[in-house]
Amino acid sequence: MQTETRKALFDPLVDNNPVVLQILGICPTLAVTTSLATAMTMAIALTVVLAFSNLSISLIRKQIPNSIRMIVYMTVIASLVIVVDQFIKAYAFSISKQLSVFVGLIITNCIVLGRAEAFASKQPPLLSFIDGIGHGLGFSLVLLIVGSARELLGSGKLFGQSILPLIKEGGWYQPNGMMLLAPTAFFLIGLLVWVVRTWKPAQVEKHEYQIRQVHRTEAL
Amino acid sequence: MSEPEHDNLVKTGVEVGTETGAESAAVSASDSVASTLAVALVLCIVCALVVSAAAVGLHPLQQANRTLDRQRNILLAAGLYTPGRKVADLFGQVESRWVDLSSGRFVAPPERDALQEQISIPHSLDIAGIKSRPRYVEVYVVNRVDELNTIILPIEGLGLYSTLHGYVALAGDGSTVQGLRFYEHGETPGLGGEVDNPRWLARWPGKRIYGDGDEPRLKLVKGGVDPNAANADYRIDALTGATLTSRGINRMLQFWFGQDGYGPFLRKLRHREA
Repeated sequence: MQTETRKALFDPLVDNNPVVLQILGICPTLAVTTSLATAMTMAIALTVVLAFSNLSISLIRKQIPNSIRMIVYMTVIASLVIVVDQFIKAYAFSISKQLSVFVGLIITNCIVLGRAEAFASKQPPLLSFIDGIGHGLGFSLVLLIVGSARELLGSGKLFGQSILPLIKEGGWYQPNGMMLLAPTAFFLIGLLVWVVRTWKPAQVEKHEYQIRQVHRTEAL
Repeated sequence: MSEPEHDNLVKTGVEVGTETGAESAAVSASDSVASTLAVALVLCIVCALVVSAAAVGLHPLQQANRTLDRQRNILLAAGLYTPGRKVADLFGQVESRWVDLSSGRFVAPPERDALQEQISIPHSLDIAGIKSRPRYVEVYVVNRVDELNTIILPIEGLGLYSTLHGYVALAGDGSTVQGLRFYEHGETPGLGGEVDNPRWLARWPGKRIYGDGDEPRLKLVKGGVDPNAANADYRIDALTGATLTSRGINRMLQFWFGQDGYGPFLRKLRHREA
């Protein structure tokens, strides 16, 4: 595989992760990660939308008039999201009820629009498609990590299968209800950012300002 | 010596000039009003075609899913659902009947046109916020040993943001609740969305809608229900953090089990006249 292609596919997993480094797509990461099944569906939906929006925008990148490019991106993305939503409603109805509005909200997901503007509008179709898959996988990775932690500790299950037997069902595990609330997703993403930045110090941002010790007379 | 050099310079200058000229012309060509409109138009048509093809092509499957989901909720409300068994098989024991709400009697399945017939509700009486109700309602009955065992009635009404659609299952006496399920709503997950919480729904079976009179007495109350209180049969703990959804459900019960809803029908059922 060429270096460029490999970079487009694997960089977004850890080195340039859309959630952990770019801090994009936080809303779905909070909303759909209470169970692995919904997180997985959301991850697949976003990866599909991202790959195909990148592909189609890259195909018409030379025709898109500069003045309406954002609207063009939004139209393409919105159409793809509706198509994906229709497919989920047709083939995974019970999950589509749990995801409710969040599939529709992929339209406003910053990762998709961000990749359209930053990458697909300048790069050839195949590379853009692979970049979309890469970023989709990066997002999916975070979603699945957060989703498995929340479902396992919050309800003692993974994919709805009992892993830690609950006390109320005769087991030993007392589920942590806070895991199912939105703030916990923030804590988990925060921990993940910390872990990744300890492992890869290059991701630590430079201070934008410095707190300087000021002599008392200077302040006056 | 100097002249050709000068010539050269001029030439390059001209060449550079024409190049930039051509470039800016190209940019303005794809950015001109006409081509912007053309691109927008073509894009809209293509996107519209893709979206409508998906919507139309997948509609039968989605419709089948919706029907199956409704049937599953009817079974759940009636307490007849067993996980692992096919909904279509289980639904075989449920019989569909039609009720004329005004007369409160079972009627023969109405003609296609009559199915759509809606009766508008005067604003002052429209406590459930639904504007109109159908003339004929499809209800579901479960008969065992020739005796009406369970009757499942569709209800709907405004919650906080959305209209809730659901089913209430009553025992043959036309008053004792056997279960409740909402199959479609858009209430806030975690707050009003808790209408789907199995633990809350488990509080419904055994409650009673009517006392001695014809006015529905069942309602949600804040602060819990004392099981020893005299009216415990008519009270259900409201949803935590969802005052307006709970109020919506109360109004739904008031409307659908009152005179404009199933009141006349259930009165006949209670007196064995339906």
